[in-house]
Amino acid sequence: MGSIRDKVAIIGMGCTKFGERWDASGEDLIVEAVKEALEDANIELKDVEAAWMGLFYPHISLGPQGMPLSTTLKLPFIPVTRVENACASGTEAVRGAAYAVAAGVCDVALAVGVEKLKDIGFGGLPERNMPAVEGAGRFFFSTVSAPGAFAQMATRYFAKYEIPPDKGKEILARISVKSHEAGALNPKAHLRRRITVEEAVKAPIVAWPLGLYDCCGVSDGAAAAILVPAEKAKEYRDDPIYIKALQVAISSGEELMYNWDGVHVEPTVRAAQRAYKEAGIENPRKELDLLELHDCFSITELVTYEDIGVSPRGRAPEDVMSGFFDLKGEMPCQPDGGLKCFGHPIGASGIRMMYEIYKQLQGKAGERQKQGRCELGLTHNLGGFPFRATIGISILGAHKG
Amino acid sequence: MVGIVSFGAYIPWYRISRKLLAQAWGWLSPPGVPGEKAVANYDEDSVTMAVSAGVDCITGIDREAIDGVYLATTSPPFKERENAEIVATALDLRPEIHTADFASTMKAGTAALISAYNAVKAGTARNVLVCAADCRLGKAGSPYEAQFGDAAAAVLVGEKDVAAEIKAFHTISHDFPDFWRTYWDDYERSWEDRFIREEAYAKFVPEAMSAALKKAGLEPKDIAKVCYPALFAREYMAIARRMGFEPNQLQPHMLDTVGNAGAAWPLLILVAALEEAKPGDRILMASYGNGSDAFVFEVTDAVTDVQSRIKGVKKHLESKKELTNYEKYLVFRELTPVEYGIRAQDTGITPLTEQWRKRRALFALVGTRCKRCGLPQFPPQRICVNPECNAWDEMEPYRFSDKKGVIFSFTEDHLAFHRVPPAIYGIIDFEGGGRWIFDFADVEPGMCKVGMTVVMTFRRKMVDKERGVITYFWKATPRLAE
Repeated sequence: MGSIRDKVAIIGMGCTKFGERWDASGEDLIVEAVKEALEDANIELKDVEAAWMGLFYPHISLGPQGMPLSTTLKLPFIPVTRVENACASGTEAVRGAAYAVAAGVCDVALAVGVEKLKDIGFGGLPERNMPAVEGAGRFFFSTVSAPGAFAQMATRYFAKYEIPPDKGKEILARISVKSHEAGALNPKAHLRRRITVEEAVKAPIVAWPLGLYDCCGVSDGAAAAILVPAEKAKEYRDDPIYIKALQVAISSGEELMYNWDGVHVEPTVRAAQRAYKEAGIENPRKELDLLELHDCFSITELVTYEDIGVSPRGRAPEDVMSGFFDLKGEMPCQPDGGLKCFGHPIGASGIRMMYEIYKQLQGKAGERQKQGRCELGLTHNLGGFPFRATIGISILGAHKG
Repeated sequence: MVGIVSFGAYIPWYRISRKLLAQAWGWLSPPGVPGEKAVANYDEDSVTMAVSAGVDCITGIDREAIDGVYLATTSPPFKERENAEIVATALDLRPEIHTADFASTMKAGTAALISAYNAVKAGTARNVLVCAADCRLGKAGSPYEAQFGDAAAAVLVGEKDVAAEIKAFHTISHDFPDFWRTYWDDYERSWEDRFIREEAYAKFVPEAMSAALKKAGLEPKDIAKVCYPALFAREYMAIARRMGFEPNQLQPHMLDTVGNAGAAWPLLILVAALEEAKPGDRILMASYGNGSDAFVFEVTDAVTDVQSRIKGVKKHLESKKELTNYEKYLVFRELTPVEYGIRAQDTGITPLTEQWRKRRALFALVGTRCKRCGLPQFPPQRICVNPECNAWDEMEPYRFSDKKGVIFSFTEDHLAFHRVPPAIYGIIDFEGGGRWIFDFADVEPGMCKVGMTVVMTFRRKMVDKERGVITYFWKATPRLAE
């Protein structure tokens, strides 16, 4: 199997303020993110040769095809592709751009992730596009919301590891408290208030056992990345960030129909193993410096620590309680506040995670900057449900190998 | 010998006390009937209850030997689209069978029984399944709201392994203006109850019962149990007295535990009697409604086998949950508009083409089993999901609706749109293999645990009034699962 390692570099990134952007349309979000990325890369839009856009809900605001991106930016008849792999669409957009650059068919590629969620008129994600509501799935699927699908991993995790529900909720709360600490320091985050374990544990239940603070927010936002061949990266800037690995793994269907323990996400395990091989990482717990995980729900983050091989099976709670993943811990996780504080504009999140790793590896994360070694970061982007997931994992590095 | 080969019943989980109804409506109408009544859950209707009673009745019976399904109900969910056929499909019966809806009168259940008897007697069917179910609506605050209870009963009529032979029957039909609903009515209408009681109920029922007894050459003292609806409790006793029945011959009418179950009522009482019957017992049963049908049965040795197999009236009566909130009852029966927010409106078209293609999976919960590795899987697959196998197109049908399962994982979801939140659902592992995610039925918050045993129950899944769509599917329930 080939490898993308050190073939492609990111030379510019942009990320909008995430939140309930009543002031901004989907087009405004695209302009905001791309403008910052172009300025950061110090290039002009006409330098872009091809573009990819991650967008999950075209019916809410922006519409189908690559059209929303090309017509908003007035891209001059270049190839523009909309990609959709649910919540992992952002990582997919970067993968499309990176592969084109690595193939040598494109010298400057643009990847944009965007979602305008807050035009639907109610809280949470839309019912539409849920398997229980849309198309043939409505016949066979149970009622299911995102929190309800992930909550089942928590009931299962508590049962398997014999964790009493009140203790389990405390562990999950600790994950969210840590992310809010970081989010409070980030002007681009949606939710910027610190919370306590007690607040989180006592919050109203959304889907048992997950309460309000176990769930990420629902936001509008966009993020963008500009990719070039690695060997040309220094022509654009002194501190480009290199793609060490970019992997996608998607469920075969066996989890929900045959064999799965319900306390992990199999495609994460597969994608992480391939990504480590691609990046040449042997001991992720020792070699990785920071993480941006898909914390759509606190339980997702908990099992992901184990799935990516950073915490041993069943032992992630110990790492949570010891502060290993805190902003000032050994391996900060969600140093920008995560989905927890940014919310989750579906198509944008994967690139928003890379934006934070990019800034951290460049040493430009301000108050949130990881102290000590900061050379290798991992993003983990999850689409779908634990039992039917699309996983995108990227590993970014500060230095070309 | 033609008679009842098997029998079964279904009474919904929820009961509402008439005291609660009186608290809500005492200022409007004086309290009538005492006790409680059975209330179909929000996702149940006459078709789903008929399926549940049918499942109870045909458990352990060879489905290939069933040649007909009759559904009797005055409350069919569909005016056009054969309701009996939905029941037959849900019971995974062959398409080459006779199906028919019997409707419009409380004696529809016994009318279907007569037709089933005639078909078997004529030799045009080996076995005919009669399902009777009702879920009738009285207006909020009306006496009917208090009287009507929701339930279903099923009997399989055949001539092999008969558990209760039909010795005689007699039928009386009148276009009597007792109860009616026109095509524009949702709620029950009736003429003055004194008129119905004295001119119809008090006359037709004993007339039919006396004639049936005479045809069988029997007298009241020869009867072990007599079963007929208690349309008017005092008159019910008076009929028994006039005919010469002792109180211990009366099979409890269940008006105070289930309620007036419409077309299902006489069969429900009969099934309760059969559950307790001894070989040799003679049972007299009569319906009421636009006349009366009366039957005389003689119980055989085969009854004990059926008794040991079914859940019947008794277990369903015992398994109950009191509905302590009258407003929830209004929601169940759609008697009041409820605000569910914009989320509830976010729906799309239901592809009925897919419903047709996948009918056996959807209605009968039939998946596939891989002939190579033996793994059962749902929904039906072309390519085996077992990664060690992955065989292509080597599948055979495999029915999950009659398999027990255990809860693998679950949640109580307050976000997803649900008529009665929270939505409780989760992943079920089937005994013998197979796993899928299902809605749970007849559960309340705090009840579910990982590892709990469940059985499958046929329910409404989704209702789209805008487009006139009701989708049905199977849900998992811990009720009567052990």
